[in-house]
Amino acid sequence: MGILKKLFKGKEESSQVVSCNDKAILLFENTSEVIRAENILKENGYTIRVVGPPAHVRKGCDLAIEIPLLHTMGILKVLNSYGLPPLDWLPSDNGKLKPVDLFHIKDFGRYLMVRAANMKITVHKASLTIVNVSGGGCPDVPYLAAMMVGKKLNEAIEPRLIGHTLCGYALQLAYDKIKELCLP
Amino acid sequence: MLAIIGTVPDEEFKLYAGEVSLEGESLVLKDRRIPIQRGTPALIASAIKIFELFGKTLPFVYLAGDTGRGNGSKRLYEFLVNDLKNRTFTTLTFHYLLPDADWCNKILFSIDEMPLRPFLIADAGFMYAAKMSGNATSFDLFTPDIGELAFLADEEAPHPFYTRGFLLQEEDKVEELVQRAYAHGNASKYLLVKGRADCVVKEGKIIETISEPMVETLEPIGGTGDTLTGILSALIECGYALETACITASRINRLAGKRANPDPSTQIGDIIKYIPEAFKLI
Repeated sequence: MGILKKLFKGKEESSQVVSCNDKAILLFENTSEVIRAENILKENGYTIRVVGPPAHVRKGCDLAIEIPLLHTMGILKVLNSYGLPPLDWLPSDNGKLKPVDLFHIKDFGRYLMVRAANMKITVHKASLTIVNVSGGGCPDVPYLAAMMVGKKLNEAIEPRLIGHTLCGYALQLAYDKIKELCLP
Repeated sequence: MLAIIGTVPDEEFKLYAGEVSLEGESLVLKDRRIPIQRGTPALIASAIKIFELFGKTLPFVYLAGDTGRGNGSKRLYEFLVNDLKNRTFTTLTFHYLLPDADWCNKILFSIDEMPLRPFLIADAGFMYAAKMSGNATSFDLFTPDIGELAFLADEEAPHPFYTRGFLLQEEDKVEELVQRAYAHGNASKYLLVKGRADCVVKEGKIIETISEPMVETLEPIGGTGDTLTGILSALIECGYALETACITASRINRLAGKRANPDPSTQIGDIIKYIPEAFKLI
């Protein structure tokens, strides 16, 4: 409810008109919650995206969710119904960061490697087995590697389900890309 | 003495500060064993391999269990802030920790209180924290890969995940990225940039490039950066001059990799066991 008060108070003070294109940013306790919220909101049909939080609220390994300002109330209702209320809501998208969207693909013959940001995943093409996960610096990387290496690409648990950090999120992007390249 | 600070991927693992040894493919702590598969345990195992060759005292380790939630990293940060100031380590290597700018500041304040300032190495998550907290120049050595170098070069990125696309993470851009990282005060005094060719950088200038032996298939193998940082930390502690340590560590890591005859599915434990043999070939 505090967030909704903040939303309406801000509009009264600035007496601006809310446009369809206006955005807001939701902040969460940690990256795991952001990843959960992203999945929930997408499943509920909202057009949202994961971004970096503005510098003045950044701690280190942070993600935030950019939402259409007009959908704030509905989105908060959905998140509350899942027991996942955001910590805070910011009316501006000033200073936000964009996640990396470039992929580096390297073909090793029988193996294919995809890198997204600082994370790499490598698959044996014939068996579709994940043979290595490398890169990164956050503590879930060794954990994700232990959980994924040796598993088939379409059977491995997805990083977004057990990862907690930006490195985990980058690995999800690399995983999605390599699935796109390897699976029919 | 070298102290290595990092995490193991097990939430149940209780904070440990103490001695460590290596038996086969396991690290032996006082009351438990952990596999050296990857991450900080792989770094520690590689350092031990070098120490054993020199007959040196094995490293002191600070470890916490953390699978990315950050609870273990936080416990470790809290512990270090109180513990470090009473220690006399000569080298500190920080590794897989949840990056947190505030805790990085606190750790550095604690290091300032140590009787002797140790040589400071940061890799992985703590290197991210060092850069984003504006403390990069307080460190003596970072060991980034090419993607992490691009992150250091991007004065706005708080994590490699946000590195802006115009900073191309290509091997032929190393010099440009190095200059940019130093121009914005986001690099340590020295860098060892890990890649297809490893580059030793001193205060903004590439002073050595090591590209032999070239083993293309090492790139996808998780842990090859950890082993390099472990070998390097140990060589520095064993008294090697920094530039020589960087060059030697790079060559040992490459030779051990080559000796393992790897393909992209090789696991890091299969490379670590060849470190002593590689050292003798230098």
